Amino acid sequence: MSDTSMSRQRRPISSYLLRRPKVRLLGLLALPMTWIVGVYILSLFLLLVTAFWNVDPFTSLVSPAFNLENFRLIFTNSAYIATSIRTLFIALAVTTVCVVFAVPLGIFMAKIASPRLRNALAVAITLPLWAGYLVKVIAMRLVFTEEGFFNWLMAPLGIRGPGFSIPIVILTLTYLWFPYMALPVYTAIRQIPPILFDASSDMGAKGFVTVYRVVLPLIVPAIIAGSVFTFSLSLGDYLAARFTGGSTQMIGSIIAANINLNPPVAAAYSMVPITFVVIYLMVARRTGSLERM
Amino acid sequence: MKRKNQALFGVLAVAAMVISSCGSDDGSADVEISVPDIPMHEAMGDFEGELNIVNWSGFVEPAWTDKFTADTGCKVNPRVAGTSDEMVTLMRTGQYDIVSASGDAALRLIVGGDVQPLNIKLIPNFSDDIAAGMKGNVYDTVNGKPYGVPIGRGANLLQYNDTITNGAPKSWDVVWETDSPYAGKITAYDAPIYIADAAVYLMYHEPDLGIKNPYALDEAQLAAAIALLKQQNTIIGEYWSDPVAQITSFVGGNTVVGTSWEILRKFAAKDNLKTTLPVEGSTGWFDSWLVSATTKNVNCAYAWMDYTSQPEVNGAIAVNFGMAPANVAFCGSSADAQAHCDTFFAEDEEFFERVWPWTTPIETCVDGRTEVKCTSFQDWTNAWATVKG
Repeated sequence: MSDTSMSRQRRPISSYLLRRPKVRLLGLLALPMTWIVGVYILSLFLLLVTAFWNVDPFTSLVSPAFNLENFRLIFTNSAYIATSIRTLFIALAVTTVCVVFAVPLGIFMAKIASPRLRNALAVAITLPLWAGYLVKVIAMRLVFTEEGFFNWLMAPLGIRGPGFSIPIVILTLTYLWFPYMALPVYTAIRQIPPILFDASSDMGAKGFVTVYRVVLPLIVPAIIAGSVFTFSLSLGDYLAARFTGGSTQMIGSIIAANINLNPPVAAAYSMVPITFVVIYLMVARRTGSLERM
Repeated sequence: MKRKNQALFGVLAVAAMVISSCGSDDGSADVEISVPDIPMHEAMGDFEGELNIVNWSGFVEPAWTDKFTADTGCKVNPRVAGTSDEMVTLMRTGQYDIVSASGDAALRLIVGGDVQPLNIKLIPNFSDDIAAGMKGNVYDTVNGKPYGVPIGRGANLLQYNDTITNGAPKSWDVVWETDSPYAGKITAYDAPIYIADAAVYLMYHEPDLGIKNPYALDEAQLAAAIALLKQQNTIIGEYWSDPVAQITSFVGGNTVVGTSWEILRKFAAKDNLKTTLPVEGSTGWFDSWLVSATTKNVNCAYAWMDYTSQPEVNGAIAVNFGMAPANVAFCGSSADAQAHCDTFFAEDEEFFERVWPWTTPIETCVDGRTEVKCTSFQDWTNAWATVKG
């Protein structure tokens, strides 16, 4: 008896919560739920609702209504369709390039490199995150201008860059989002027990077979996790296209062009990347990767 | 629903239209446009103590606001906007008293009822010294009522890399025609209003289309302009809306010819980059102060417009931004001022007669045609998205 009364005096809040699991749960979730529902979902909802609204053709003032005209425009205007497909292609390409770079790098860092080199590489991967996003985009622009660093470097070999175009956009976006792929992949490879490599080797598997049969299946969840970042961030980007894409137009470019003039069209068009991401997540879920993340 | 609104707007606009015989010298007739009835300020009162301004970068600087605040007690709170569309959006919030709007924003704000007509009697510096070409234009003077006080103007010029072109191109054809020797190294301004540049080119080369004013395009004329822009898209290097990107594009060699402003050429600071006004003429931006319809600081706003219309202050803004000042009395004030005015063609009305000031396209044809409905800025925006594909 005396024990309980003692602890009640000392920890009145914890003993209060101990008996009231619902209050406990509320206390735990209040802050994140306010954030998710109040700030995140609500603002997203308000944006998407605008997609059904009218806009005054002259003053660009929006007024509440229910019309599907904006969606009809998106699905009938060939420029909008082409831009959607182009953006999807760019996002998938960025993700692929990130994976192709991240897996060998992760294996090297986790299993081959000395601890010193490993730390140096980890810093090198995260280093770009320290610089501002726009700074990096402009840096890529300067590297690939006609009289820029790349053409200067490659001139002795007779190689010239492609100029501002889709390949440069893919490269820029890869540069921007690579850490989001490289870090989870590296962490996942580090967590693979060394005995699995020994076992694979004992069974007679060579290096590439081990990577393909042992490492890859184990790091698929990490690749999916990374690809959610690289894919969805690429889908929404427009500044990379503006500064390094030449005349390349992405979904974000059209949304940005409409956001002041025709907010309903911008809102309706923003459904397209959302749809792409949802489909992507559903496919990822089907593979079972999300559960293992 | 949207269509109904459009139709309704069209009917209103046509109903409100009065056919007028006196066309102004720039080819745009005086057309009657339906605007909300907003009273104008009758007499100056006490200064309210603050003034919230939406402005282009470089229009509002301590160098001239400090004296204004000392004189009037109106504290100046500037907010820089990057595009005309952003200016319109900001003015609609009702948080700002005055805006330095270009013609493509001005008419939208006027017809939207966001800005009030001005009582010019209260702005003594709005005098004969204001360049003739900046007065009474359709973008800020509606139904005979002035809504704007001119600040300055500039033309969208053809900039070229002289090392490669060996002389000034005579025509805009180097940026429009697929056989251009600079295909792939061409830049164009990235905004729906750029459609007017295509229209200016068509006015000269395809008179059969009957374009009289590049901001008054019926559906067929807009389609022709869009076809030209799509043709240009195949030879374009990049579109620019960010001035820094445009400068690096010219300096870095990605661009050889394309749309530019005199000030961008100056900033690029390369002797081989030059500008010219080709034979077809061009478009340009004419900026004016517009006062919010719901402002609480109307006396400060009038005092600001009067203050900035003085030759010295107007000149300081023009020099700082890099444009032709509205008040040409500034030009005679010093040798430097005269040099600036000469560089930017401030007193050269013949030059600016070949420049079509940005004007929001509306369903009422601003060239005075009444038998057709013209395409609105909304149509231009939708069409612009198809250009880049």
